[in-house]
Amino acid sequence: MTADSSRRRRLAPLAAFALLGIFGALRLPFETRLDAEHRAAGFRPARLGLDLRERLGQAGFLAALSGCRAVVADVLCLQASTAWERVEWGRMNWLFQTATALAPRAVFIWDMAGWHMGYNASRAAREDSRQPREALRIKAEREYLQLARDFLERGIANNPAEPRLREQLGTLLRDKLRDPLAASQAFDAAAALPGARAYLKRFAAYCLAQVPGKEREAHSRLRALYDLGPQEHLPSVLRDLKHLEEKLSLPPEQRIYKAP
Amino acid sequence: MDRAPRHRVFSPGRILAIAGNALTELTRQKVFYFLLLFALLLIGSSVLLVRFSFQDQFQMLKDLSLGAMSVFSTLLAILATASMLPKDTEDRTLYTILAKPVPRFEYLLGKFLGAAGLLALSLLLMGVVFAVVLVLRERTAEAEILAESAGFGADATAARLAELRATVFNPNLFAGGVAIYLKACVLAALTLFFSTFATSSIFTVLITAMTYFIGHFQATAREYWQAEAGGSVLSRIFLGLVSILFPDLQMFNLVDEIAAGTAVPAGLLARTAILGAFYVVIYLMAAQFVFAQKEL
Repeated sequence: MTADSSRRRRLAPLAAFALLGIFGALRLPFETRLDAEHRAAGFRPARLGLDLRERLGQAGFLAALSGCRAVVADVLCLQASTAWERVEWGRMNWLFQTATALAPRAVFIWDMAGWHMGYNASRAAREDSRQPREALRIKAEREYLQLARDFLERGIANNPAEPRLREQLGTLLRDKLRDPLAASQAFDAAAALPGARAYLKRFAAYCLAQVPGKEREAHSRLRALYDLGPQEHLPSVLRDLKHLEEKLSLPPEQRIYKAP
Repeated sequence: MDRAPRHRVFSPGRILAIAGNALTELTRQKVFYFLLLFALLLIGSSVLLVRFSFQDQFQMLKDLSLGAMSVFSTLLAILATASMLPKDTEDRTLYTILAKPVPRFEYLLGKFLGAAGLLALSLLLMGVVFAVVLVLRERTAEAEILAESAGFGADATAARLAELRATVFNPNLFAGGVAIYLKACVLAALTLFFSTFATSSIFTVLITAMTYFIGHFQATAREYWQAEAGGSVLSRIFLGLVSILFPDLQMFNLVDEIAAGTAVPAGLLARTAILGAFYVVIYLMAAQFVFAQKEL
């Protein structure tokens, strides 16, 4: 009797684990379905592969795995910000690549990475006094600009409903990559999203006005904005309308600016 | 002559009494000192974040707060629950309770509810600290915007203020708190199960910590091995066993995306809560299975 109860006591943990196994098998189908639902709703987008393990180190990888991915990504952002202050562009790029891989839904990290690459790193490369050959300076500048565009486009792919990154891409295409058509399309795409800033429609039209062959479309869009009322009669709207009216040689009745 | 009240096999009153006692015991261990650390962490982070725009600052503050809440609640769940049974055994409270007509499962359930109460209370307090820091920081940012916008129109200032408010407050943060609580409760139940057959608190803490890491790592390992090993029979059996025996704690890791602004549909949160409740019930059943056979 005593031996029997002693054996029962020894076997109890094993039986408990067997119980866990049975219930584990029961929960798996539900868990698999729920995991698919989580991913469809935008949760756990980051794949924590071994490449990230190498980039983050043991402690960072463990922290990222243990539900602190966003915190680890923020720490990397802080380090990237320090790398920017120290003009370590390669390290800054590497840190942003890792941070965005960890937290692909964090819009501000994509935005920050695009900004630093597109404006600070590219400018520094163009003005690099250690590089006497201008062609190589321009090449380095273009590489950083391409990196900035790549960050922003990947950010948009991960956060399609977010206007901030499309606006940033439009600004980069307009000011740095000198592609007004692509910039106009980026501003248009941003303006169509909820939460977009009101000026984006104007920005799209301004950029379109600079595209050869798109003057008529640009004019009609600016005119539509103008017709919305005095709040849209901004100096830049009036300036571009005047320029387009002259370029398109519009008849006086279609002009806002009448010939004196 | 008065008749003695009939003994009830299951008594919520007894369970609540044990839970209340467990909560009081845990509270007396001064576990809430970690709140000071939490507050210092949030206030200290503000110094580091001044170099960023206010939008980025608030985003990082939310990431950091939810991350810290997750870490503190995990530590609390494991450390507080691991000490429950050994402490009761050491000061002989366990024998006093079980000498009375209190079924062992009521004792375990009461202990678990005490730990769950402590976790709820601590998360609530951390949430309050978090909200206070957010509101104070929002006030500062508002004052900065108003000072900067002196030369701009009222519409532009109002738009910036509205943008600030939208950045600061996100109702989904509550769902983040729920997800953290669910994971902490699962860990508390798991720790209680391990402590029913563990020989010491240290063993319980270590084995739960290992399970915690395996529970977070198993989904990644599964993806990797399936890709690398091409799904060989041996690897599939191993991965199947790991999946069955260990909890997939990544299922409760929703806070990173919630802090980034991802909305949690109520149905999805409810199904995640059901999964959490399922884990808790299973671990408590397993704990009862071992505890019922335990010689005291």
